[in-house]
Amino acid sequence: MIRDFVTSREAILVAALIALILLVESRFSGFAAPGNLASVFNDTAILIILALGQTLVILTRCIDLSLASNLALTGMVTAMINAAMPGVPVVVLIALAIALGLLMGAFNGLLVWKLDIPPIVVTLGTLTIFRGLIFLVSGGEWVNSHEMGAAYKALPRFEILSLPVLSWIAIAVIAGFAVLVNRSALGRAFYAVGGNPHAAVYTGIDVGKTRFAAFTIAGGLAGLCGYLWVSRYAVAYVDVAGGFELDVVAACVIGGISIAGGLGTVTGAVLGALFLGTIKNALPVAGISPFWQLAISGAAIIVAVAFNARSNRKQGRIILKSAEHAT
Amino acid sequence: MNYSSDIAQGVTVPAEPVLRLSGITKTFPGVRALGDVELELYPGQVTALVGENGAGKSTLVKILTGIYQPDSGTIEVDGQETRFPTATAASDAGVTAIHQETVLFDELTVAENIFLGHAPRGRFGLIDWAAMNTKAKEILTRIGAQIGPSTVLRDLGIASKHLVAIARALSVDARVVVMDEPTASLSAAEIEELYELVERLKAEGKAILFISHKFDEIFRIADRYTVFRDGEMVEAGMIADVTETQLVEKMVGRAVDTIFPERDRRPGADVLTVAGYSHPTEFADIGFTLRRGEILGFYGLVGAGRSEFMQALFGVTRPSRGACRIDGKVAVIRSPVEAIEKGIVYVPEDRGAQGAVTAMPIFQNITLPSLRTTSHKGFVRMAEEFALARKYTERLDLRAASLDQNVGELSGGNQQKVVIAKWLATRPRVIILDEPTKGIDVGSKAAVHEFMAELAAEGLSVIMVSSEIPEILGMSDRVIVMREGRIAAEYDREGLTPETLVRAAAGYDGEAAA
Amino acid sequence: MSLADGTRPRHLPDRLSGRGARVLKSWELLLFGIAVLIFLANTQASQYFLDPWNLSDATFNFTEKAMIGFAMALLIISGEIDLSVAGIIALASTAMGWALQFGVGTPGLVAIGLAVGLLCGAFNGALVTRLGLPSIVVTIGTMSLFRGISYIVLGDQAFNGYPESFAWLGRGYVFWVISFELTLFAVFALIYGVVLHKTNFGRHIYTIGNNPTAARFSGIRVERVKMILFLLTGLMSGIAAICLTARLGSTRPSIAYAWELEVVTMVVLGGVSILGGSGSILGVVIAALVMGMVTFGLGLLNVPGIVMSIFIGALLIGVIAIPRLVAKLRRS
Repeated sequence: MIRDFVTSREAILVAALIALILLVESRFSGFAAPGNLASVFNDTAILIILALGQTLVILTRCIDLSLASNLALTGMVTAMINAAMPGVPVVVLIALAIALGLLMGAFNGLLVWKLDIPPIVVTLGTLTIFRGLIFLVSGGEWVNSHEMGAAYKALPRFEILSLPVLSWIAIAVIAGFAVLVNRSALGRAFYAVGGNPHAAVYTGIDVGKTRFAAFTIAGGLAGLCGYLWVSRYAVAYVDVAGGFELDVVAACVIGGISIAGGLGTVTGAVLGALFLGTIKNALPVAGISPFWQLAISGAAIIVAVAFNARSNRKQGRIILKSAEHAT
Repeated sequence: MNYSSDIAQGVTVPAEPVLRLSGITKTFPGVRALGDVELELYPGQVTALVGENGAGKSTLVKILTGIYQPDSGTIEVDGQETRFPTATAASDAGVTAIHQETVLFDELTVAENIFLGHAPRGRFGLIDWAAMNTKAKEILTRIGAQIGPSTVLRDLGIASKHLVAIARALSVDARVVVMDEPTASLSAAEIEELYELVERLKAEGKAILFISHKFDEIFRIADRYTVFRDGEMVEAGMIADVTETQLVEKMVGRAVDTIFPERDRRPGADVLTVAGYSHPTEFADIGFTLRRGEILGFYGLVGAGRSEFMQALFGVTRPSRGACRIDGKVAVIRSPVEAIEKGIVYVPEDRGAQGAVTAMPIFQNITLPSLRTTSHKGFVRMAEEFALARKYTERLDLRAASLDQNVGELSGGNQQKVVIAKWLATRPRVIILDEPTKGIDVGSKAAVHEFMAELAAEGLSVIMVSSEIPEILGMSDRVIVMREGRIAAEYDREGLTPETLVRAAAGYDGEAAA
Repeated sequence: MSLADGTRPRHLPDRLSGRGARVLKSWELLLFGIAVLIFLANTQASQYFLDPWNLSDATFNFTEKAMIGFAMALLIISGEIDLSVAGIIALASTAMGWALQFGVGTPGLVAIGLAVGLLCGAFNGALVTRLGLPSIVVTIGTMSLFRGISYIVLGDQAFNGYPESFAWLGRGYVFWVISFELTLFAVFALIYGVVLHKTNFGRHIYTIGNNPTAARFSGIRVERVKMILFLLTGLMSGIAAICLTARLGSTRPSIAYAWELEVVTMVVLGGVSILGGSGSILGVVIAALVMGMVTFGLGLLNVPGIVMSIFIGALLIGVIAIPRLVAKLRRS
């Protein structure tokens, strides 16, 4: 049991994360202080939530490149409503953001499920469509901090037990995912569909419907993140979170979610996101130009995927009796 | 054989079958898998389903478990007509099946593989892992499997995976248990455990459909038999009323010699000599000699390592040991390219995945390995391609609308002709045909056999892997039988009987069963 | 050889439908129709559209992307993908800008651009073919890595001051309104068209994309073909980097940002199956014209580029979804 954990991917990630934190700490003491680590976590909260949504999609052998555009569109819509109608309660806006996100995710899922269009084509298309829609609804205008209501901006920053609500939301999503993925029939269906779609049919699982569910959930989470992002940074514009979709995929790959489907854990996705988030926070602290970040995350993806492939190498068929007992 | 009849007489035979299939027909594009078949399964009895590969057994299993829908015919459970539109519907009706290990999930735990789709639920409808592991342990103990429920499946060997598949079938409260070659990858001790389990299931009143190629176990545990041949039910009855020889005859059909082409069997000089070919996990110590104009048959059960060896000979995989000589000269084959250069070509068993490029036209499929000869300085010459394709398709009497038609639109038999034509166009010395007539219609079968005989007569050396006994007996000059990755026996065709082959392949001695 | 029943073998025609019938049913014709409609709409939308110099300007919207698109088409037909092409442009451009600081002249700059492109392609190709990694993930990684190196070198700075002879590669005209880039585009369209449709190598690409196992079993060196295609894609990205840098006259690390998605969209719009195995260079050429004209036409109408992207995105999904939807409705 213990040996299993020590050689597991999660353990390696934890070790890498601790090594990274200690390395930065050695050059700039105070980085590993609990307060600072909490702020790193808070900075990474949105990446964690999106990475969890993407995890479901990748588990079913699909990919969603439209998550960042979805986030930006819902963020813009809530900001505009907030600016135009300050009376609408924030809770309603959050519900609206989630609903809008779900809708966009369902659109992706429907095209994959009913028309069998490759997910990368579908979400490449919706990536540009959703992004373009932001321009249409906003006319290219920004929604700035002073136009937003105080409550709209305050919620993610509000501290409970000295941790911002944003962090608590991430924790709640992680907990929810742990239950969904490990304890629900749908959660296990994601693994079955990605691991062996042919066999999933034998266990009575509908492959298309399960993929639809993954896209829809991921979309809903992107919608939630739309509100969180815009309220946290207190600004909405067309290019919000541009290119973030690839950070999300990177977090998943680093976290050991296999692009071939059916393999990966909630813990892995969270650790992958935290790894990227820590690098992002550590660079300025350690006196390294933040311009290093992109190259480091790129290298991390390549190392992670090469590592995955090594540990998942296919073994040949075992026919010889002697060979079977030897393994 | 007496003990089986004792059991049959010991049980009071119930009048009503729990499950009855009648008039079941199922066709796929180009081939009729099942034609108007009947099957009855009785509570507390084991019915053995016997037939060669391609007889329609696995199609029947898929219909019973809700994976395929029959084109016509009825399914009755307890006399009530019903349908199995999904896998869940079949298992709800009490029909469960032990499939081969391919329908399991490598990344999930043993317990989850057993319970996926019907896991025990706790509070809020959430999966109760503790209960699931406990129940899994119970079932595994019941079948005598020493496997931890929380082991990840990928860490298990093939036999253990098979035990998990058995456990999965028993995890639902079933009335009908379908066992699709349940002992194929088990050791002797595990097989004994399985027999005991079957006896217990019988005692519990479950109806069992037992699919097997091994006649010793059929006669040991079955009460009834049903024989399928070419997608049709040939005969059904009580095991006590039949002998092994009779059963083999029913399975193979009588006209073994008549339908095969007569030919002059005088092989020439040695062409290919293989010695000591071994692979870490797939086969060991394969050695033989192939002569000019000879057809060498390779018989064995599915999974005996025949295709794996052939692919190593063709350079797809690399053997760990062993040497091969062509015309007495050492030939190093590390890739298909090198095999083709040396005149060895391979018509694979899995036509769709390895042989034909179904989304490309016939002529492009045929010229694929010959592009060097049809092209000029790397540029394709369509006229040459069509000419080459026409030469060989006409020789094989291909039925198609045009040479530009996509291979995927052809029937299975004609697809096979395209793959064979592709290799003949390279003018090989040795052609390896892996299950050359699997899943193709009777007419195309005869054409392929005819053609094989012509090729041998022209001096081509043929290796034919086949699981069909008449084909092996009708076509081969010599037969090698493989079992569990090794050569079990080698026979001259003269005087070779189906029984000998079946015994050698299943791995029990002739004298013990006689 | 005579058949068993003594009859002569049946004669199979080469083709049933003639060339004309095949053209009529082709994706390229549909796309060409769309291109004509957009062209006509553009002439209606603006009186300036038909001006030869305006049309010539419009070609810069697609020439560089299309050059990469040709190689990308081959790569996607073979069943792989390269999302790092824009990252390669950034890195190649940065390398050229860096060399410029040491007084390297135009021939040297061009050589460096090409070499960096080839090296990046070799890196991708080695990861995919030697280590057997999925190209979509590998190239997401190298996309960040290549552009990331640009950021490390440049930060928020830029390289400027490219010589006039170098600028000609992006801004020069060969004859009247025919720019050097447009000439390159036409030459590469021809070369790639011939390679894909008229050579054994092209046939191997299709075969690998349709069925890599059968290709291997037929004696095609699958890994080698894929390696060559990654090299070509890298090389074309290097060429695009030279043209784009010359045209812009400066190098920033954000150069050609998000181009990978536009290039893939262009290729898929051109009828290349994202699953591999089918597609044509002609389709990519027409798709490039469509995308270029849409950008330019909407630009004349003062519609911002981002709205144009909605149209491109919808086109991408629509052209694949509509035939499938129709087929589905017809069946039920």
